Amino acid sequence: MEINNAGATSSLRLLQICLIFSVLILTYFSPLVRSSSPPELRILSAERRVDLSSHIIRVSLTLKVENIGTSPASEILLAFPPTQVDHLAWIKADAVVGRRKKKSSLPLEVKPSTIEDGPNGTKYYSIFLVNQLGSSESVSVEVLYALTHSLEPFPVEISQSESQLVYYHDSAVILSPYHIKSQETSFRTPSNKVESFTRVEPTAQSGTELKYGPYEDRTSYSYSAVIIHFENNNPFAVVEELIREIEISHWGNLQITEYYKLAHAGARQKGGFSRVEYQSRQPFSGLSSFKHLLAELPPRVHSVYYRDEIGNISSSRLRIGSKKSELLIEPRYPLFGGWKATFVVGYGVPVQDFLFESSDGARYLNYSFGCPLAETVVDKLTVKVVLPEGSEDPSVVVPFQLEQRLEKKYSYLDVVGRTVVVLEKRNVVPEHNSPFQVHYKFNPIFMLAEPLMLVAAFFLFFVASIAYLHMDLAIRKS
Amino acid sequence: MAATATAAARMEKASDLIPIFSTKAWKLKTKQQELLIRVSILLLVYILAFMTRLFSVLRYESMIHEFDPYFNYRTTLFLTEKGFYEFWNWFDSESWYPLGRIIGGTLYPGLMVTAAIIYWTLRFLRFAVHIREVCVLTAPFFASNTTLVAYFFGKELWDSGAGLVAAALIAICPGYISRSVAGSYDNEGVAIFALLLTFYLFVKAVNTGSLAWALASAFGYFYMVSAWGGYVFIINLIPLYVMVLLVTGRYSMRLYVAYNCMYILGMLLAMQIRFVGFQHVQSGEHMAAMGVFFLMQVFYFLDWVKHQLNDPKLFHAFLRITVSSAVGLGAIALGVGTASGYISPWTGRFYSLLDPTYAKDHIPIIASVSEHQPTAWSSFMFDFHILLILFPAGLYFCFKRLSDATIFIVMYGLTSMYFAGVMVRLILVATPAVCLISAIAVSATIKNLTQLVRAKPKTSHSGSGKGTTGTKTSSKGSFDQSLPFQRNGAIALLLGAFYLLSRYAIHCTWVTSEAYSSPSIVLAARGAHGNRVIFDDYREAYFWLRQNTPPDAKVMSWWDYGYQITAMGNRTVIVDNNTWNNTHIATVGRAMSSYEDEAYEIMKSLDVDYVLVVFGGVTGYSSDDINKFLWMVRIGGGVFPVIKEPDYLVNGEYRVDKGAAPKMLNCLMYKLSYYRFGELTTEYGRPPGYDRARGVEIGNKDIKLEYLEEAFTTSNWIVRIYKVKPPNNRW
Repeated sequence: MEINNAGATSSLRLLQICLIFSVLILTYFSPLVRSSSPPELRILSAERRVDLSSHIIRVSLTLKVENIGTSPASEILLAFPPTQVDHLAWIKADAVVGRRKKKSSLPLEVKPSTIEDGPNGTKYYSIFLVNQLGSSESVSVEVLYALTHSLEPFPVEISQSESQLVYYHDSAVILSPYHIKSQETSFRTPSNKVESFTRVEPTAQSGTELKYGPYEDRTSYSYSAVIIHFENNNPFAVVEELIREIEISHWGNLQITEYYKLAHAGARQKGGFSRVEYQSRQPFSGLSSFKHLLAELPPRVHSVYYRDEIGNISSSRLRIGSKKSELLIEPRYPLFGGWKATFVVGYGVPVQDFLFESSDGARYLNYSFGCPLAETVVDKLTVKVVLPEGSEDPSVVVPFQLEQRLEKKYSYLDVVGRTVVVLEKRNVVPEHNSPFQVHYKFNPIFMLAEPLMLVAAFFLFFVASIAYLHMDLAIRKS
Repeated sequence: MAATATAAARMEKASDLIPIFSTKAWKLKTKQQELLIRVSILLLVYILAFMTRLFSVLRYESMIHEFDPYFNYRTTLFLTEKGFYEFWNWFDSESWYPLGRIIGGTLYPGLMVTAAIIYWTLRFLRFAVHIREVCVLTAPFFASNTTLVAYFFGKELWDSGAGLVAAALIAICPGYISRSVAGSYDNEGVAIFALLLTFYLFVKAVNTGSLAWALASAFGYFYMVSAWGGYVFIINLIPLYVMVLLVTGRYSMRLYVAYNCMYILGMLLAMQIRFVGFQHVQSGEHMAAMGVFFLMQVFYFLDWVKHQLNDPKLFHAFLRITVSSAVGLGAIALGVGTASGYISPWTGRFYSLLDPTYAKDHIPIIASVSEHQPTAWSSFMFDFHILLILFPAGLYFCFKRLSDATIFIVMYGLTSMYFAGVMVRLILVATPAVCLISAIAVSATIKNLTQLVRAKPKTSHSGSGKGTTGTKTSSKGSFDQSLPFQRNGAIALLLGAFYLLSRYAIHCTWVTSEAYSSPSIVLAARGAHGNRVIFDDYREAYFWLRQNTPPDAKVMSWWDYGYQITAMGNRTVIVDNNTWNNTHIATVGRAMSSYEDEAYEIMKSLDVDYVLVVFGGVTGYSSDDINKFLWMVRIGGGVFPVIKEPDYLVNGEYRVDKGAAPKMLNCLMYKLSYYRFGELTTEYGRPPGYDRARGVEIGNKDIKLEYLEEAFTTSNWIVRIYKVKPPNNRW
């Protein structure tokens, strides 16, 4: 017992020493780490426009950055509060080149930064400049990003006749690791019905626009919380889970099947749903609910279906155009806050529109990644590309980060199974509707396998029938 | 391509060189020709039987129809997902809340197992089908198989011509189609196949005396028992048939072998079905078969004694003693068994078959089902068309050439026709018999007529149309030659027969496409401009329940919708179409016909969260809950005498307008159906609150609900769902 005790105390002391040392080391080194690059830059002017008109918040940020240090800078840091970074779905940055009329933009690479978190858990994204920013040079950068699930309904529950009010939390000044010389922020609300907003002078409201600023000379990491409480009756259509299955057939068809779990993520419905009110006072009853959704499908789409677990849903309309086809789908019932609907949309498109052969003889599929429904957020998107049986070496080219893995699937008359490339991404917005490629090798001889199997089966059947007719199995001749 | 080109060239060259090649080598022998024609006709009939049942898929979609099929679909889904043992031991807590239902022990698993086996086989062969497609197409598939059985049965009864005609008739007969269209995933779809197969195999066994056929028929019987409660018809018809054969002196060793093997093995096999269990030895409905079984032994014993004694006088004395003692013993055994409760008495359903008025007086729940109503003449005509006329003609032919087999079909036809008259749904059982007997009439008539037509130049009839037909029929060929205009008359009659048959085909197709292909879940109507309007309200409501209510919510509705709510809405129901517990159904009926506060107490005691009613006042859909309401009152009143039917009637008349009974205007069902309906204008030029299903303005427009609130109403108001409010806070 005693020996044990002594051992415990000694190990505890060791731990203590270690802790003290590590704290010492951290306190010694951390200022060094931080001071290595950020303070060399300064933002001359910043303009932020926040669009609150839909349930996806789109922010455009124009920065003019100047290098005030001595060493050239290759990256610019963007700071986000921890609450925002979880809802950040998509981000894009462009360098603005040229002046006035000859303005053109140059896409820049944006990545979550490896630098550790700043004060109050601030997270960073790095913009990598194409040309290094020399000392006392400046550059204009335009950043666009989209936030999801950032509007908080209040009141949390509304009745059928009420309209939906939401809170939006943000800061009046731009959170940045750099000193900002002059800045301005404007919020655009869907209507001029703004219940309340925090004032951080100078603040001005005109119509649907809410203007904060200009503010001069704000130090790094300044933050000034604002809450805007406003009306937003746009459909809060959130696809909680979407599985898109793209099945390639070299016989000429690309079959796409999409499994949706749709929900209305706005203020929850309070009390019952009254059909008579919904029917008779149509424009005012159920303002925040939505009845239909628009899906944009490729041109030349065919055999479209729209159904759920219990059968076909007859309320949909399809318009086929030369540039795109539009499918208007109506769930079985209008969706009120908190209501859910699941359904499946499937369609076929000609394979030659999306499947190409690269110069080395490999095939590649070029298809749009995101959700075809307009203005919807997808919490979890899984894209499954089912390659034809016998294809090899699949590889994926996607313009953003996601998880991927391989699976096997057995479809009609498969013997060895088809390789399925599974791509998973969380928090997807319409901006993710960019093409992605799946490269693979395929020998056309495999196309004949299944027809030959059928032929063989029929042949065997007929042979068996002939054999049967010519056989006499009776033991006794009658 | 190259190969075919050269082949064609060679053919061209060969054609002028050896003309025999093209004609003689391909010419088949008569027997082969006949086989080819027969097989191709059967194949076409097989395909036709399948195709004609696909109207429902074309008109609507590939979906499960009506009520019971939804339960079958749900159980099949469970079977394919969880496996057979889980299925067999399944206790379903989602229905009959709070009692639950032991599914494995209270259903006929034949249909589900069949569909699951088809599904697993297709999956094994790498056909990636969905179980729903298998379920939807099971009934047409078995209907096709039935045509094959009908062919063999007809061949066994008469000749292969009759078999072909029978196959063709049954393939499109509306009486059968009504229960076997694509999507009608019900026990009957498989059971009619099993029924006919069992009968065919038994007749074959009787005809051949072969143990193998008797064994096969026992297995057919087992399949039938596993598929449908209608097996009771087999287990009573076959003993009856054996009795008739005994009485008419047609007892033979073949019959002895066939019946004993079939009965004993069939009984043992049937006991393996949990729902049937020991009924074969314990229930009054099965006693006839057992009695006949013992009678057969006595008969055989007597036969043996007679053979041994070789003395008629002594034998007669012995006969008297044995028969009387056997009958006495049997009667005593039956009496003791019944008195001690070992043998259960006949059930209500069985009684109501023998006495059509029984159910109306004693069991309202049986009488309330529309398919248990006595059959109207028009529906006989609708379902059988010309077969109704051909049936007596066929009977005539059967009596003319009486054999063991024809006696069977005559008995089957007559008994099933009687039952078809008692209950609408039993037309289905009569259909195969009617088709077979009519086929005999058609085949025999046409054969006679064609023989007359062909026999003009010569008097001999060696080259009759069917080479392999029985020799007995040729006697009919030697018709009286002296009749004038015989040939023309025959031609005219033949044309008439073809006209009748073509009318039959047209009628069947029309009936199938217009009357029997509606899934009854999706309603279709013609709009003002002749366009088709779809009312998909049922699925709208069920899907709403499935998505937007707590998963453990309990839904109260009239029992008709129970299966659909559990299958499509995936929610627990209080009562469903199984109707095994009359008291429970009566409780729901009582809640529906009480005032709201009384109903609230009942609903609280049953943990009800949602109440679902079907209402047709906006669309004019007449089979809604208000029109079924009197049955709820009757069934509720049958158990709870507080509910009295006259309270809901005014001078014996059922009304919903201003003149309705006060209790009617304030009962729960009325309130739930017409809640806020008074604000709605349904038809132009009519006052608001005009009920289109009953054509009146409703009597109570100011309905307030205290304990319930409207939760959801479908777009055409057909289904309305109410939420039961939680009890008020006391503080």
